[in-house]
Amino acid sequence: MAELTYREAVARGIAQEMERDERVVFLGEDVAKAGGVFKATVGLYEKFGPLRVRDTPISEQAILGAAMGAAMTGLRPIAEIMFSDFLAVCFDFIANEFPKSRYMSNGQLACPLVVRTGNGAGSRFGAQHSQSVENWSMMIPGLKVVAPSSPADVVGLLAAAVRDPDPVIFYEHKSLYAVKGEVPDGEILDKLGTAKILRSGRDATIIALALMVPRAMEAVEILARDHGIDCEVIDVRSLVPLDTQTILGSIARTGRLFTVEENPRLCGWGAEIASIAADECFYDLDGPIVRITTPHIPLPAADNLEDIVLPTPARIVDKIMRAMT
Amino acid sequence: MARKTSPSGGAGKNAGKSASKTRENTPKLANDDIGASKRMELYRLQYEIRVCEKKAYDLFLQNLVKGTSHLSLGQEAIAAGFAGAMKKGDLSFCTYRGHAHTLARGVPMEKMLGELMQRDNGLMRGKGGSMHLTSAEHGVMGSYAIIGAHLPIACGAAWRAQYLGHDDVTVCFFGDGTTNIGAFHEALNFAVVWKLPVVFVCENNLYMEYTPISDVTAVEHPAADRAPAYGLEKIIVDGNDADAVYRTAQKAFAKARAGEGPSLIECKTYRHSGHSRADPGAYRPKGELEEWMKRDPVKLYRARLAEFGVSEKDITAIEKAIDDELAQAVENCKASPVPPEEILTTDVYADGGWAWRN
Repeated sequence: MAELTYREAVARGIAQEMERDERVVFLGEDVAKAGGVFKATVGLYEKFGPLRVRDTPISEQAILGAAMGAAMTGLRPIAEIMFSDFLAVCFDFIANEFPKSRYMSNGQLACPLVVRTGNGAGSRFGAQHSQSVENWSMMIPGLKVVAPSSPADVVGLLAAAVRDPDPVIFYEHKSLYAVKGEVPDGEILDKLGTAKILRSGRDATIIALALMVPRAMEAVEILARDHGIDCEVIDVRSLVPLDTQTILGSIARTGRLFTVEENPRLCGWGAEIASIAADECFYDLDGPIVRITTPHIPLPAADNLEDIVLPTPARIVDKIMRAMT
Repeated sequence: MARKTSPSGGAGKNAGKSASKTRENTPKLANDDIGASKRMELYRLQYEIRVCEKKAYDLFLQNLVKGTSHLSLGQEAIAAGFAGAMKKGDLSFCTYRGHAHTLARGVPMEKMLGELMQRDNGLMRGKGGSMHLTSAEHGVMGSYAIIGAHLPIACGAAWRAQYLGHDDVTVCFFGDGTTNIGAFHEALNFAVVWKLPVVFVCENNLYMEYTPISDVTAVEHPAADRAPAYGLEKIIVDGNDADAVYRTAQKAFAKARAGEGPSLIECKTYRHSGHSRADPGAYRPKGELEEWMKRDPVKLYRARLAEFGVSEKDITAIEKAIDDELAQAVENCKASPVPPEEILTTDVYADGGWAWRN
């Protein structure tokens, strides 16, 4: 067991897979010699050399296109898109190319690749470098979508993503890069499509993703300590495939559902989960489903303003208190 | 259907037999750098594309070809010239105007027409349609309907060859309109910087869709004039001359296989029909089509074969074999059922299904 930061876990996960399989190659802007702008890929270039760890021009379409062409002809590429906001400049590959090649070709082509990208707010970078855009990819049939919240999950889910035969969009949260956590020694391989119950509770189910997971955990400790409300916290981890069994099973036990989402409210991932819960466990619910989200606005740069718009532990506590009492 | 076994044009097999007989009696062919067998293959490919595309249009008028389709009538020499120079294992990436390139790699006409007619016997059982023709076994790695997308994808396929030390070449076909989209420029720069074994082929048919390419492009030759900006040689070839195309392709492939990086080739040509089935091409100046019809690549090549001493009988034999195969292909497509509903949800994910949740 070693204590690693979330960013060190990224490098460890990539290294683990590159050591295991020579077909795994890695490309992106500033990822090789510079070790990544977030220092999440430090040491990979030195370890695996210039043929497997490659710096690219600032050409997001070329990066994702090259990853796709390599994937469909036998490699297992990992591509980095520095900020998830930049997925918008290469969205054709996310929306039209990766996820449709298998279907349109009636199974002749495959696209086994991973796109890693820095997602989320907290860095005071403003509206074009701070968004949580996991819902952009969740809506597209053919993609898988993962967003880990802890260093151990980064390694295990990244390994699972690299080994997965489908295209996986892997959202790393920028505000978690510095967070430390225990990571087991040796090879780690997790499973996509599995949510994790991080805290058991009787009174309400709180579902969160990425940076919202530690915030939800902090909130439920306050609720337990100060208000005697005992919440269950589920880290969704994987939006596609979605582990609805774990989620619905928890709601059946607690009778209440809260989602904590960093993406802006409209069509956020929690809306889909709320819809599933309403369809499939309506009679288990003892009260309305409540979504706690970022409002439907672009993100501001100023720290005080950014702090207001993201769900905070205090806001989570407040929302749950209002709904439960 | 058994005739097509090789991705680089099983068409050459039969053609070669009759041509070798001809060669003995025709000194002109003996001194030809392309050779009798290859010439017959090039004609065979062009003729097949021509009659198959015409048939696709007829079937559209009968409401048997559904959706949209983009024909390569008039552009056959490019598909034939490149496919004729490709080896088994080389990869083709096409656009939505990809019927010609798909056929040229040896995909049977029935499989292609079946897809256009959205029948169960189609290349992708009706799941892709005219704009997404794919036959991985023939090296046709897809037809891409978003302008520019497949240039970076072709770079990736070439990167794989470079990384694994394979000697195949990736060939990426696109229209003149593609030269004004960002992905074109990203891919060219990327391919040069990484020295990838990829050959980019621009089919300049003078119109991006309905608008003349010259009206919307800063340079005269939309692809070739951009080549020097990426450190590439400016290459323009007569796209209505299959021999010229074939020679140019050979040179570019040799460069790619030698590890000397990519090429960008602009082929000047003209499409005889509109942009898509919905377009009668009314925007073209009077007389332009007629002028280009004088340079119809199929007719020109047929005349060249005669110049080289190939007998009318040998040429007709090739044409008849294709006509017969096409007639049978159409009958088979008409007889084929539509795709069964159970394939609707197959192959969304690699497990074969579409499950996004447990």
